[in-house]
Parts: sequence; C-alpha cells; structure tokens
Amino acid sequence: MRILKTTYEWLEHRLQLEAPIKDAALHPVPRNTASWWYVFGSAAFTLLILQVVTGILLAIVYVPSAGQAWSSLNVLNQQLDLGWFLRAIHGWGSNFMVAVVLVHMAQVFLFGSYKYPRELTWIVGVFLLLMTLGMAFTGQVLRFDQDAYWGLGIGASITSRIPFVGGSLVHLLLGGPIIAGATLSRFFALHVFVIPGMLLAFVGVHVWMVLKLGINEWPMPGRLVERSAYLQEYKNLTHKNGIPFVPGALWKDVIFAGGILAAVVVCALAFGPFGPSGQPDPTIVQTVPKPDFFFLWIYAALAYLPPAMETPCILIAPILGIGILIALPFYAAEGEKSWHRRPVAILALSTVAVSWGTLTHLASSTPWSPHMEAWSSDPVPPQYLRTASPLARQGAAVFQSKQCRNCHSLGGHGGDRGPALDAIASRMTEDQMIRQVLQGGGNMPAYGKNLSPAETTALVSFLKTLHPAGERPATDASQQEAHRFEKPSTLEAQR
Amino acid sequence: MSTEIITPHVQAEAEQGDTVSRRWFLLKLGFLFNGVVGAVMAVPVLRYLLSPAKRDDAYKAWVALGNVESFPVGETRLATYVNPFRRPWDGETAGVACYVRRTAQDQFQVFAVNCAHLGCPVRWFPQSQLFMCPCHGGAYYADGSRASGPPERGLFTYEYKIAGGELRIDAGQMPTLSNTAKLVTIDGVKGNPPCAS
Repeated sequence: MRILKTTYEWLEHRLQLEAPIKDAALHPVPRNTASWWYVFGSAAFTLLILQVVTGILLAIVYVPSAGQAWSSLNVLNQQLDLGWFLRAIHGWGSNFMVAVVLVHMAQVFLFGSYKYPRELTWIVGVFLLLMTLGMAFTGQVLRFDQDAYWGLGIGASITSRIPFVGGSLVHLLLGGPIIAGATLSRFFALHVFVIPGMLLAFVGVHVWMVLKLGINEWPMPGRLVERSAYLQEYKNLTHKNGIPFVPGALWKDVIFAGGILAAVVVCALAFGPFGPSGQPDPTIVQTVPKPDFFFLWIYAALAYLPPAMETPCILIAPILGIGILIALPFYAAEGEKSWHRRPVAILALSTVAVSWGTLTHLASSTPWSPHMEAWSSDPVPPQYLRTASPLARQGAAVFQSKQCRNCHSLGGHGGDRGPALDAIASRMTEDQMIRQVLQGGGNMPAYGKNLSPAETTALVSFLKTLHPAGERPATDASQQEAHRFEKPSTLEAQR
Repeated sequence: MSTEIITPHVQAEAEQGDTVSRRWFLLKLGFLFNGVVGAVMAVPVLRYLLSPAKRDDAYKAWVALGNVESFPVGETRLATYVNPFRRPWDGETAGVACYVRRTAQDQFQVFAVNCAHLGCPVRWFPQSQLFMCPCHGGAYYADGSRASGPPERGLFTYEYKIAGGELRIDAGQMPTLSNTAKLVTIDGVKGNPPCAS
C-alpha cells in the first residue's frame, strides 16, 4: 500500500490532475437533475468509446482494399475466433449510438437546455449528430458488399444533382470516375481518421462546456430564462439545493451506460453481425440494395418525392434542416424551458418523430418497389382459377408472365407498386381495363407494344373475374343509359 | 536580476503606448513565416486532394463488349466490361455491366445499368419488355425511355461503334445526371435512337 501511495504521489506531483478532477467531480448540480432523464449524453459517450475500441480491434484484421475487403469481412465472420462477435458489437454499437444520440437530442430539446448560456453546447451537439450519422454511413460503406456498393451509387447520384460542381464532386467523392478501389480507401480514411478525430475533439468541447456551464436545471413551468438573471439564479439553485455531481448524479449515468452496453452485447449475441451481403460485384444486377436502418427514412422520402421536386428537395432540405437546428438557440435563447408551456416544441418534435417512424416503417416494406421475383414465384390463388374459363386461365398466365404481378398483388402476394387487383373488376369496367393495360398511365407503363390482341383479351377476361363474391362487377353507367334510350326506339321500330 | 523582474511591467507599458516590442514583432514575424510556408504547402496538398476531379473526356475510352454476333438482333442482353481506368486493387469493382439492345443488323442501343433516378441497377424483363429498378420503382421501356416511377428521364446510353467485328462503347465513368450522359442527344443520331415513345 505504501508503494501505491508513493507512486500516486510521485505521479500527482508531476501531473497535478487531482485538483481539476476533484473540481469536476464535486461541482454541485441541481438536485432534481440527478434524474434518469439526464443519462443519455453519458451513454452516448460510453458507446463512442465502445466503438473506438471495437473499431481498432476490427482494423487489425480488416483490409481496406476494394479487392479484399469483402473477403476479409467473411474471414472475420467465419474463420477468426469470435470475429463475428466483434463485428456484431461494432454494428449494434453503431445502431445504439445513433439511437441514443437522437434520444439525447430530443430530451435536450424538450427540456429547453439549448437556451442561454448553453447555445454553443447545442450547436456543437448538432455537429456531433451529423458526425455520428457520418460515421454510420461511412461504416456501412466499409462493410463493402452489394448494399455498400449501390449505396455509394445513390450517394454519387445525389451529389451529381448539385448544380455546376456536381460532376467534380462525384469524382472527389468516388476518388475517380467509378466506385472502385479509390472509393473504399477514402471512405476508410474518413471512417477511421477524419470523422473520429473530429468527433473526439467536438465531444471534448461539448463536455467541457457542460462542466463549465453546469447541467441544465429541471425546467419548471413559469421559471423563465433571462440573460441578465440566469447565471445568478442557477448559482443559487446549485448552492442552496445542489448535490455534488459525484456520486449524486453519476451513479444513474453509470448504471444506465452499463445497461446500454449490456443491451449491445445481448443484441450482438442474439442477432449477430450485419452482413456482409453479396459480394460487391457491379456486374451482378440481381440485387435489391437497401440502406441501413437509420437511413431508411431517406430511402422512403426519395421514393415519394415527385420527380420535379426531387432535386430541389434533396439539395435544399438538408441545408434547411441543419440551419433550423443551428438557428434554434439564437431564435429561442430566452424564455420558457418547460415542455408544459411549449406546445409548438412538442408539436414539432412529435411531427418529426411520427414522420420519421412512418417513413422508416414504409421503407421496411418498400411498397414503391416492384417485387422482382413475384411473377415467377408467387402463385395465383387457386380460388381465382377454380371456376375460371379457359380464356381467363390463359389470362392469368399472361398476368404472371408479363410481370404484372411484380407491381400488383393477388391474395396478398406480389408487389405493392400498383393497387392490389383482387377486386379490380368491381372498380373498373372491361373498357377501362383495356385502356389502362394498353396505354398505361397513373404511373403504370403502357403495355400496348408488348401484348398481342389475343393476350390482351385473355388478360382482361381474367381481370373481369376478380371481384368479391356477391358483389357485381363495375358497369359503364353511360352504356346502360344508352341501352335505356335505345330500347324505346327499338320498340317504336317494332311498332 | 532586478531588470529581469521588472521586464513584464516594461513590456506592458510598451504595449499600452502602442509601441511594438521586439519580442512581439518577432512572434508576429514567426506567425507570418509559418503562414507563408503553410500556404506554399497547401497548394500541392489541394492539388493532390482535387486530382480525381477531371473533365469527362479524361474518363472516357473505347472499350470492347465482344463480338457483334454475340448480340442477336431484336434482343437485349447484359454485357460486362472492365473499367478502362482500373487500378490493380479494384478487385471485382473494376467490372461494369451494361445492356446491349440490337435493333437491326447495324443498329444498337447500349444502356447503362444505372437507373437515371439514383443509380441502382435496373433489371431487364424480356417478357414484358421493361427495365425495372429495385430501389424506388423506376421502370423503362425497351428503348430506354421512361415508363413510370421517379426517374426524370430515360436510361443513360453509351455511344457505340463497330470496329473489327466488335461492338465498342465510349465508357469509363459512372453515368449520373451531371456528366456527359445527360448531354446525349436523344433523336436522330446513330447509336442514340429516340427515347420517347
């Protein structure tokens, strides 16, 4: 023990860290901020450390070369002892980190923590969010598989839409004319050196400001922030009703961070690593690329934007979004912090959350994409054929072989790009169906050139049988009218 | 000894009096020197960083897709070639795919596999004579013109020529809305038949 003590004293005499660490640890924080709502920042930091450590462990095996990255990932997954586990931890750690950073941000927003004097802490936090997302995207690229390859293609296509400099920016993004070795190398540099370096530096500044300015007090309705009085009020609060940060608040941080780490381990064990999917061979076009979870909402948004709005939206929306986040603490530096009296803030946050959730959910089923294999793999429900005429059965075969099924479902199977056709005959008349099939429209290709008259007749004959039992098929009301007027005349003629 | 102790005062007074002391001057000179050296170093660094950005012509070369006879008239087939600007460590990413449609004995259309929307690989369905994109549902007719979905235009086409019985295309970079792919004329010119139907 004596040796430990003398060693400590020898080190402390030279490092002189005891005083600043004590100051930081024992600084008083408002009593009610020692709450479970205040644990997300430290959890995000813990996950960052986890990512750095597991990242280094993966880097000692991973080969950042387009020719070998994919094989090295498979070696990690299958041949190295527990390589799969480290990949799983790094992958799940990444998902948890993005999630915890987003929750942290939502909490900070709801508690009005971005107000005076913590504006800069918020702005640095916005950049930390962007860097975290940057890490998630570049990490997806390093998992150099088909999804990574075509994800880069999407990134390049978006970049190419920037006016004037788009082409040059694509070259800089890819490191050359196409996605290849140079592309992976530069994304490796970004993921391993550039972004983590900036991330750690920004985290340092972020935490420094939290220590210097103090943890945001629990917002009370009616207690308004005023620049002239706030610092004194906060000082009174922490001195009259404060507790030392250690252990008063820290114990909850530590327990929550431990819980998050445990959750990462459980997910890694239960679900395993992410990919790699198919090899990054661009000549294999039989692929359905999809981004990672936290970018699914963008994938969905890009499917739903009308073509004319797409480029402006892609280029302006991110700038606008980031601009709003940065402008927020300047726009609302003073005033009410409590969510009880900030209905617009609640509305904004719930709108963002619901939109994000909806788009992510939609992207998990991709109703806008044709199901490439539906035409050859999804059977026509037998009840639709049981009483069908030979012509209608032939039509069902046309329906499958012409890939109609890729976009239209029957009996719940098939694509969702176009409407399900189980009850099409109760919505459209024969003439309307023929017109729709031959001329297309409403986002459906025209099949006029690719269907013979016989095929069209058979197809429509099949479609005409698709209506719920006991429900009459659609009829052309005008034709009925025409018949009604015809009848008297024919009667007259008979007279 | 006493002169050393009063130095800070002297210096402070000198600053107050707007006179520049020798040490401040030397420090500023040092910063200026570093600034000049930094600027000189920045030029090659920037040049190095920006070197991949080139004019489109620099990334175009004629590549062979194989014997003309391997593409039957009236059919659309997937062809592959090796990127002419490949590097030794590109691995399989050096390969590029394209669709070759032979409309007549000496008439071809060569399409990039990349969807004109966001670059995903479109798939050819000979039965329905459509190209379909798996990402956001873009669809194109056999002649490459837009059929439905989010793309704003038809498929990107390569210029082609027939030399020594081989079909060759002018290729080398990923087609996007910002490079020459968008400038391809879509009517009249050989190799780029009408897209619109």
